[in-house]
Amino acid sequence: MITRYLFYFLSILALYSAIMMLISRRQIHSVLYLTLAFFAIGGHYILLNAQFLAVVHIIVYAGAIMVLFLFTVMLLNLNTEQKSPKKMSAKIGAIVSGGMLMIVLIAILRTYDISMTHDPDLTQIGLIKNLGKVLYEDYLLPFEISSVLFLTAMVGAVLLGKKEQI
Amino acid sequence: MAFSIYDFTSFNQAIDKALYNALPPVWALIVEMTIIGLVFLLFYALVGLFLVYAERKVCAFMQNRVGPNRVGPYGIFQTIADFIKLLMKELITIKNSDKLLFNLAPFIVIIASFMAIAAIPFGKGLHAIDFDIGILYVIAVSSLGVVGILLAGWSSNNKYSLIGAMRSGAQIVSYELSVGLSLLTIIILAGTMQFSQIVEGQATGWFIFKGHIPAFIAFVMFLIASTAETNRGPFDLAEAESELTAGFHTEYSGIKFAFFFLAEYMNMFIVASIAATVFLGGWMPFHVGGWSGFNHIMDFIPPFIWYLGKTAFVIFLMMWFKWTFPRLRIDQLLNLEWKYLLPINLVNILVMAFIVLMGWHF
Repeated sequence: MITRYLFYFLSILALYSAIMMLISRRQIHSVLYLTLAFFAIGGHYILLNAQFLAVVHIIVYAGAIMVLFLFTVMLLNLNTEQKSPKKMSAKIGAIVSGGMLMIVLIAILRTYDISMTHDPDLTQIGLIKNLGKVLYEDYLLPFEISSVLFLTAMVGAVLLGKKEQI
Repeated sequence: MAFSIYDFTSFNQAIDKALYNALPPVWALIVEMTIIGLVFLLFYALVGLFLVYAERKVCAFMQNRVGPNRVGPYGIFQTIADFIKLLMKELITIKNSDKLLFNLAPFIVIIASFMAIAAIPFGKGLHAIDFDIGILYVIAVSSLGVVGILLAGWSSNNKYSLIGAMRSGAQIVSYELSVGLSLLTIIILAGTMQFSQIVEGQATGWFIFKGHIPAFIAFVMFLIASTAETNRGPFDLAEAESELTAGFHTEYSGIKFAFFFLAEYMNMFIVASIAATVFLGGWMPFHVGGWSGFNHIMDFIPPFIWYLGKTAFVIFLMMWFKWTFPRLRIDQLLNLEWKYLLPINLVNILVMAFIVLMGWHF
């Protein structure tokens, strides 16, 4: 009962803040709306009984990535209000590509059964113990490969940072 | 309604049952949330007032002064007088600043610390919410305060504020790693992230003793990193008075300044209580194996007194740091984290995992 109201509240909040992020004129307001959207999605994870995913979502996106965005906006001094600098051709291109994405999504989701396959009150997969077991037993190889991917990205970042001295 | 200062579980359950019998479930939930919120607000105000007083007295003791001694006996009402003064001050808003962000920033900082305190166990059954991933939750929400600090520095439209906020951001983002890794060392030993189970696991001995040397190293790392994360001296570069006037809160006055001030002290309280809970046994009494008479006397002291005593001890340590060590430079600060604390922590986790695998811990 109360979770249904929470679901509608969080969905409206997520959609509202995502739209406001796109149409805000000031970049720093966009960053804040993006944070709000991340929080709303974190709330959805908690409704699905995926506490670990929710908290990691908040640590990574609302914490670390937001700080990076804020740093970038502040260091580049982007506080000037922009009056839609895009050209007409760019706008038309954006509309066409967005519409094509929507067609693809509809084509994929048309036959998909949207009804919930797991009852969030019964499924325990989102709890950290079960998630750890699944990750390290059933999906060990993809998990480790993705960690190698992160390592590669880190090494690449260090290399780019030290470019002058090589 | 069974009431005991040693175990609040039955007391809380009785209230819960009475509310759900009297009201429809949605309203019962709302009433419960309101009660908990009011209790925390009161607790917040009391702890804030006490910590400011304690800091001034400890500082005075370190510097061979008397400290506040005019308002009330030993000056104990000094902070209340200061708070009334702050309430009466004019709220200054700056021209050409982003009004919304300027007014929002103190609230973000204080909400972040308010969210963290909900997961902390104060005693047996005295626990607002017992997450499956309590420690991770506290790490997550306590790192949100930095968004408020960055916004405060940015929207003040003042170069000192901006430099202070930037320093604070760099500092918190880097020291968060060490806080997380040092807590992870103990999570490996405890085998759980739930605060109630972590405290239960220390019934036979605190983790700082159970985990041999790695646990002690993790404790020291946690103290250093959390002192830096709360922007306290010797890591208070964000508000280094001699260089930046007051850092990110230079342009704030009155009650908004008080919010930043309160949030700083509450963050200190939160990290101290995490240290007390994870390393020093939380509300578990101090026991020595074999001394049954001594253990019995220790059991007689209520759990929340143990918890508050341990937290006060860690807070005293942090105040001791602040008034003893000179402030670091920004490059020294980042070198300390990335070249010393982080590698030591990573090796420490491996050693702890090895000890737990071999079953060498107590």
